[in-house]
Amino acid sequence: MNLFETIRIALNGLATNRLRAVLTTLGIIIGVGAVIALVSLGRGVENYISGQFEALGSNVLFVFSAPPATGSENGIQPITTVEAEDLANPTIAPSIQQIALEYQIGGTVIAGSKRTVIPISGVTPNFSEVRNWVTREGAFITQSDLDSSSRVAVLGTTIVDRLFGSKDLNPIGQQVRINGFVFNVIGVLEERASGFFGDENDVVFIPLTTAQTRLSKSRTRDGGYQVSVFHVQARSKEVMDSAVNEINAYLSTAHNIEFRGEEDFQIINQADLLTSLGRITGVLTAFLALIASISLLVGGIGIMNIMLVSVTERTREIGLRKAVGARGLDIMSQFLIESVVLSILGGLIGVALGWVGTLIGGVLAPDLELSVTLDAILLATIVSSAVGIIFGLYPAGRAARMRPIDALRFE
Amino acid sequence: MFNWFSKNGKHKTEPERPTERRVVIDVQDVTKVYKMGEVEVHALRGVSLQIYEGEVVSIMGPSGSGKSTLMNILGCLDQPSSGIYRLDGVDVSVMPEQDLARIRNKKIGFVFQSFNLLKRTSALRQVELPLIYGGTSGRGKKARAALEAVGLGQRLDHLPSELSGGQQQRVAIARALVNEPAMILADEPTGNLDSRSGTEVMQIFQSLNREKGMTTVFVTHDPWIARHTQRVIMLRDGIIIADREVANPLIAGEVERPSEAEELEGLFRDAYYGGKKEEYN
Repeated sequence: MNLFETIRIALNGLATNRLRAVLTTLGIIIGVGAVIALVSLGRGVENYISGQFEALGSNVLFVFSAPPATGSENGIQPITTVEAEDLANPTIAPSIQQIALEYQIGGTVIAGSKRTVIPISGVTPNFSEVRNWVTREGAFITQSDLDSSSRVAVLGTTIVDRLFGSKDLNPIGQQVRINGFVFNVIGVLEERASGFFGDENDVVFIPLTTAQTRLSKSRTRDGGYQVSVFHVQARSKEVMDSAVNEINAYLSTAHNIEFRGEEDFQIINQADLLTSLGRITGVLTAFLALIASISLLVGGIGIMNIMLVSVTERTREIGLRKAVGARGLDIMSQFLIESVVLSILGGLIGVALGWVGTLIGGVLAPDLELSVTLDAILLATIVSSAVGIIFGLYPAGRAARMRPIDALRFE
Repeated sequence: MFNWFSKNGKHKTEPERPTERRVVIDVQDVTKVYKMGEVEVHALRGVSLQIYEGEVVSIMGPSGSGKSTLMNILGCLDQPSSGIYRLDGVDVSVMPEQDLARIRNKKIGFVFQSFNLLKRTSALRQVELPLIYGGTSGRGKKARAALEAVGLGQRLDHLPSELSGGQQQRVAIARALVNEPAMILADEPTGNLDSRSGTEVMQIFQSLNREKGMTTVFVTHDPWIARHTQRVIMLRDGIIIADREVANPLIAGEVERPSEAEELEGLFRDAYYGGKKEEYN
């Protein structure tokens, strides 16, 4: 009795009851399809989010003022231009390449009859390099703009749309009023795809000094100007941790921080953010897979149920096979192969279904790069054949243990 | 007419047998006890018999006589509680189920009352089944030969649903003899057939015996079947009450089976309650 014959007999057994075989398989089809589709969805979201973070620049740190963990908001010493200049000195912080500064103020922007209220960012010229902002038309803010605190503005496409009626217009040379002051538009930013952080085209950049001196009076006690965020570019990905330590050490001294937890600033390492976010999305994916696995389990129980019915129904056949010389093992493998064939077949159809589901998902959410990976297919195949074996074992064992006389006498 | 056992009155003595014939079935003091909960049912209470190579024997007895139990034991489908059963020289009374399966495969051909063919399986495939489980090679050729031997050479690809009852039983016979067993065990083989098909089936059994010397054991309660065999073993309440040779076994098809009216002749009063009168005479 070879395997080939056993498989042939098992397939024959299935072929005699096609509709039932298909319905039984449905549980596995749905289960595997759900696992494949949901896992690739979860992966897609994971990749999307990490892609968004990587677009920020993988060696960028953010430093901003924040209330200390142990105290109140009172008495916070803001981070300043002077501190940034110190940190940019390689003898103080050798791991830091450069620091782009951003000072945010609330602003009302008016062009003609249209107006919009939006945070205005005063930035340094290197902001465009550190944060990958490219101009579509015109130029970004230059050092001479900064030196002369000139009233020039670079607009995001959403702002252009809101103020001039279309985001494709070229408003260079036009004038806008920001908080009452007239600014010349010198550049329009390249449009960025909206993503995890919302619409990033909703920005107005002006020179940092203009924001600090003309739109707001933000001098601090030490003679520097207040800054909202340091966008710190480390020399490489590898020295991110030492960059964090250097900033921490410097600012703690500058702000007279004596104990841990009293820091009135916060440093966000993008890699850390990415890791913790990756952990969250990983859990999400695992959770989706778990839910889908429940339907696989249900499918397995369905197979077991039908196999038990089938064994009972075919008691006489089992009796006859035993009478003409089938051993328990032959009967066992016949029924086991039936259930494995059912579940593998279901698994394959389920993979196809999951694939189709993924393709549809890709059409519905083009931002997510959804793809069925080989490991998902392998997993589904292995799991579904395991389901076939596990849930087929009991019915097959029952068939194998039948005594031939009882089986032959069965009505 | 119904006294079809030898009439020489020797029924208490051992019948004479040619000593050179080989014993195929050797049963010695076999008992079978079933436990039905608390109650023990003694289905066989000590049965001894020998069946020789080439014999055609029927085992008869009413329901509950132990005839089915004896058949199960002879067919290695069940094992005796005590006693010894040698089949073709091999002691099979205590043997693991796995080895019994092999014995059934190689030594015994079963023919059942309800044919027991597999659904949606061609005649050829049905006959190949014992060869598959026996791991025999050249299956197609052997199965075809067996089907030709029962006159179904033209029906190899037919499904059971496309065959008459008699043809189905002939497929079953082909399946029984395809492994060249030591004996064929037939359990009421004509029970589900009309008389013409039944006669055909009996003709096949008889020709197998005549041409190939096939040892055949019928388990039946139909005296008409028994009349076609050479020897009748009668059971009642778990013991053999008679084991006798048939004086003149019938050849299937030569004599028409008597109707019930003929068999029960002399039983009736003259009163007539219905039916066509000429049918009763």
